[in-house]
Amino acid sequence: MSLGSALDPKTAPTFPMAARTSLGDMLLRKNVRHATEVIQAKRGRVVAEMPDWEALREAGRALRAHTLAHLDVYLEQFERNCTAAGGVVHWARDAEEARRIVVDLVKATGTREAIKIKSMTTEEIQLNPALEAAGVHAYETDLAELILQLGEEQPSHIVVPALHKNRQQVREIFRREMQLPELGETPQDLADAARRFLRDKFLRVRTGVSGANFLIAETGGVVVVESEGNGRMCLTLPETLITVAGIDKVVPRYRDLEVLLQLLPRSATGERMNPYNSIWTGVHAGDGPQSFHVVLLDNARTEVLADEAARETLHCIRCGACQNACPVYRQTGGHAYGSVYAGPIGAILTPQLERMDHAQSLPYASSLCGACYEVCPVKINIPEVLIHLRNKVVRRETAGMGVLTHPEAWAMELAGAIFRSERRFRAAQRLGRMAGRPLESKDGNGERWVGWLPGMLGGWTRVRDLKAMPKESFREWFARRDTNGKAAGDGRQG
Amino acid sequence: MAGKADEAPSARAVILARIRGAMGPAIGRAGSPQQSAAAGWHALPRDYRRTAALGPDERLLLLEDRLRDYGAHVERVTAATVPKAIGRRLLERGEPTMLVPAGLPEGLLPRTTTFTEDAGFSATELDRFSGVLTLAAAAIATTGTLVLQNLPGQGRRAATLIPDYHLCIVAADDVMETVPEAMDRLRATAALPTTFISGPSATADIEMTRIQGVHGPRVLDVLVVVAG
Repeated sequence: MSLGSALDPKTAPTFPMAARTSLGDMLLRKNVRHATEVIQAKRGRVVAEMPDWEALREAGRALRAHTLAHLDVYLEQFERNCTAAGGVVHWARDAEEARRIVVDLVKATGTREAIKIKSMTTEEIQLNPALEAAGVHAYETDLAELILQLGEEQPSHIVVPALHKNRQQVREIFRREMQLPELGETPQDLADAARRFLRDKFLRVRTGVSGANFLIAETGGVVVVESEGNGRMCLTLPETLITVAGIDKVVPRYRDLEVLLQLLPRSATGERMNPYNSIWTGVHAGDGPQSFHVVLLDNARTEVLADEAARETLHCIRCGACQNACPVYRQTGGHAYGSVYAGPIGAILTPQLERMDHAQSLPYASSLCGACYEVCPVKINIPEVLIHLRNKVVRRETAGMGVLTHPEAWAMELAGAIFRSERRFRAAQRLGRMAGRPLESKDGNGERWVGWLPGMLGGWTRVRDLKAMPKESFREWFARRDTNGKAAGDGRQG
Repeated sequence: MAGKADEAPSARAVILARIRGAMGPAIGRAGSPQQSAAAGWHALPRDYRRTAALGPDERLLLLEDRLRDYGAHVERVTAATVPKAIGRRLLERGEPTMLVPAGLPEGLLPRTTTFTEDAGFSATELDRFSGVLTLAAAAIATTGTLVLQNLPGQGRRAATLIPDYHLCIVAADDVMETVPEAMDRLRATAALPTTFISGPSATADIEMTRIQGVHGPRVLDVLVVVAG
């Protein structure tokens, strides 16, 4: 599957269509399965050694909710403190404005090259094509992002963006693009090749572009969490540093890092702490870039904020644990979601960042099993938000339509009417039993199954059997139990 | 840049107005928005561990265990044996060309080796050093983390980044057991450039196989200095 062009929810095929392509790619599925299993096992081990994990999750949830409730205060405070420390703060309403600000800043430095840290926010605003168009070449320096850039591919995971590639595929890309015909295929060989390829760029390029994990309102500081040291190179060696961060990345105080720096590494990569965290505040004479800019990006985040039932989407600290845990993501990989934010968090974040105009199939890309909610370090109730967004999609699709002309809306109305009345509910149960009886057949254990249903209902039975309705409902059994005297269970108690 | 001055404030105003609109009127908020935020922050639940549970020796053992788990070499030494221990480590590491930050205490370094003090070298000049020796502001046992800040003896960030070997000396008194204790201690110097280092640089980007050493120092030795 060629993914040379950027993942764009506006033009991506619907999830079911894209997922069909992914599901046919056995190698992709094998790679994704392997990687997600390894991360999940590591995460499980390091989470289990924290006796206070649930208290940390609750602190994380409350901290994120509190920050959003006072977001204006904390953003202004961050701006004030960052500016006082020598940084320059810019505000961008949307992706277009953010791209323009960054491109202008890079052009003003007079350089034609930039080194970049992995940043999903700059992927979201599709910064690299804009820089190229302005004649600036951006070098991705994270190993995974380098693989994707050289292979003209797109990220498929928030934390490990090239997890859909195995070592042989990475070697092919490096051999071709770095002109290394003799390159070996151990992960060590490949990492060494990346080190040599990027070394002179780190030492030479005078402009760096980064994302941010956290912005600290209290101090005006910025936090970047990483593993390889490429982040430290980009944050430390250039003369100019430009950081692009969503307005949701702010945290109130320095001390709050004690919660987030415990939750994030264990959830993201299954490490007690990732190899490097950098914290810097504005500019510091003799240490790091002397020109520092932060671009605060809205890009529909304020619209997510305005939807009370979906607001918690912005609690996300981009750990990717929900992707690794998701039975759907583990089968399809990330590209099927048509967005840099894949998996469960992508299924709720992407359509909202698109103002529900695009990616409407994503809230349905879930079995609502709840695995994402269980692993989320800040307790985002993703299944609940998914249902809320499905509701929004249906309301949009049926807007201006009579209920009876839309089959799904009609079925929901009917179900609603039935559930509202006990009498109608009982009648529907009896009707279902009668209607189903001719379709039932028994299996070897005497269990009754329905293997075929007519019309729209056939969507269920096309891929699996339906257990037949029981002969008696619980209510019927309970009523019978009352009239037939005491049931056997009471006798045992006596 | 000049054009931006007209636009930037308006984007700022629009975004802040959107946020205030999104959250609705501040019903029940007492005082100014700042006071209300501060009150809410103080009321946040913090039922996680915030204090040490281990004794001093267990704490050091935990730090050493966690550092070794990352692939770092760790030794426990006394103040008097530090110079000797440094000499031994350097010999074992093939006598790297060593860089040191300004502000190291007198008598720390062995006289047998040459150390060059960081004079604000360029990145290319730093690349000529194969090793760097520093102190640390703090260490966190639970996570196997060393924290460096731009302070005497710890230096600027680039100096501990470009050389391939890092020898870090941390005093036992500066070893905290938990992350919250460390953040408490660092708060006073929060504005300084700060780096948390947990083992040598690493990646798991290829098939989730942990590979030690990508761009940052590939070899990390730690000396934990105890009284004695």
